[in-house]
Amino acid sequence: MTGYRGLIIGLSALVTALFLTSLLVGPAGLSPLRSLNALIFGADGPITLVMREIRLPRAILGVMVGGALGLAGAAMQGYLRNPLAEPGLLGVSGSAALGAVLSIQTGIVAGFALALPLAALGGAALSVGLLLLLAGPRGGSLSLILAGIALSALAGALTSLVLNLSPNPFAAAEIVFWMLGSLADRSFLHVALALPFMALGAALLLPLGRGLDTLTLGEDAAEALGTRLGRLRLMLVAGVAALVGAATAVAGSVGFVGLVVPHLLRGAVGARPSRLLLASALGGAAMVLAADIAVRLLVPERDLKLGVLTAIVGAPLFLHLVYRTRRGEL
Amino acid sequence: MSLMSLDRLTVRRGGCPVVDAVSLQVEPGEVVGLIGPNGAGKTSLMRAALGLLPHEGHASLAKMVPAARAKHAAWLPQGREIAWPVSVETLVALGRVPHDARGGPADGEAIDRALKRMNLASFRNRTATQLSGGEQARVLLARALAQETPLLLADEPIAGLDPAHQIATMETFNMLAAEGRSVVVSLHDLGLAARFCTRLAMMQSGRLVAEGRPADVLSADRLATVFGITAWRQETEAGLMLQPLAQSGERR
Repeated sequence: MTGYRGLIIGLSALVTALFLTSLLVGPAGLSPLRSLNALIFGADGPITLVMREIRLPRAILGVMVGGALGLAGAAMQGYLRNPLAEPGLLGVSGSAALGAVLSIQTGIVAGFALALPLAALGGAALSVGLLLLLAGPRGGSLSLILAGIALSALAGALTSLVLNLSPNPFAAAEIVFWMLGSLADRSFLHVALALPFMALGAALLLPLGRGLDTLTLGEDAAEALGTRLGRLRLMLVAGVAALVGAATAVAGSVGFVGLVVPHLLRGAVGARPSRLLLASALGGAAMVLAADIAVRLLVPERDLKLGVLTAIVGAPLFLHLVYRTRRGEL
Repeated sequence: MSLMSLDRLTVRRGGCPVVDAVSLQVEPGEVVGLIGPNGAGKTSLMRAALGLLPHEGHASLAKMVPAARAKHAAWLPQGREIAWPVSVETLVALGRVPHDARGGPADGEAIDRALKRMNLASFRNRTATQLSGGEQARVLLARALAQETPLLLADEPIAGLDPAHQIATMETFNMLAAEGRSVVVSLHDLGLAARFCTRLAMMQSGRLVAEGRPADVLSADRLATVFGITAWRQETEAGLMLQPLAQSGERR
């Protein structure tokens, strides 16, 4: 118990430190003291503007997107009892990306500021409906995975089709760059748009801990322990979709966070799926904040994309975990 | 008051009944052995009785709301699944989930009792997935015992255990029965079933073909027609002793 509490406190402290660091890093090159002063007290005109309208929403979105991906990944792995499960498996992120891509391609993006994230959310919602329709109301986890993979493949194919037929090379470039994932140039509008969905997703997933714990014994034993599997599955799908749909809508595709973070923290929580939920949310927030700081520090003059960095860091990390698993250390 | 009652319980798989109109009552203080060849419908019967399979007919447990049923009956499935490398104690503690004590002292005592009963006290902090198959089976049974329900349904709990632990497990079931609780257990070891069960229910092709005292149910005739074997049988003061000998070729 104390170990778990210590872990949560430690991760919270890490997220706080990275959040503050994120506020202090940027191309404007402001001194830390002045920037924080401007952020809190609002003096210093342009600096206040930079802090409050550019850096603060970016840091907040880092916490939200990372937390959402970490939580969704832990819930998916717990439900499917598979450490290779990740939030994208349900096809929600692919469908959200397709919605966003369509909005860029058709040009409605230029119409109003939130056209792209709203289109992404629409794609996510549509995919959840299709997913539940395909997987059936009582199906097991296998039908859910298969339906998710089918939807992912379809969304991916349609996204490729849009790129393929795009008559406008600028739109195509914009699509490709958007899909790489980024938190740059986001505003509080994005925060306000994602927040209700992410709050809903967290509210749906966090209470599933006990049910996910009982699934350690398999679906049959879990059900006999009083876990309502149908209800759990519905809450899981809705929760993951809300989190991942909103995260993709505001940040594009940020891969590997939902896969690697639960895996990294599993040992620290004694492999209990319930404890992994909150720990992974915090760990995901820390990872995305750190990556978003890194993209600004590593190549400040070029726009290095967040999703590229998480994949570059995440993949070798994952390979290392695979290696350790093979040696039976996990 | 009976702990479980089934009335004409039927389970169909693709139209064909795998459990066919089975009626069975379980009273407090019984160890009911469910025996029958592979595919006789033992597992389906227990799962349907718990409401885990769609069924026709009456099953008292299936009528209960899930939370109340989990306090009344524990279920040990045949598939020994441990998905994550949790500690033995954590795994056994899952048996306390239906009781809303949230890790209080009552839970701790129930976990201690269950570990002690299965002779696992020294395994408490080991990682469950790193234990041998037989040890995992005992840990999973300890989980079901920690649930401390009036009724326990166990699907082949002694398969894969060493002889000492097979006997110890059956003795544990007898101890539960002495405390007024009941166990429904499916078994393939007819010798152990004859010695340790207070009552046997014999299934064949989904139907309950015999029910009663072990010595009555395990007649030479039924061993031949249901199991297709001949056996050495001897009624002693300690109950029926039975040792399967050879295939009889009479199986219908």
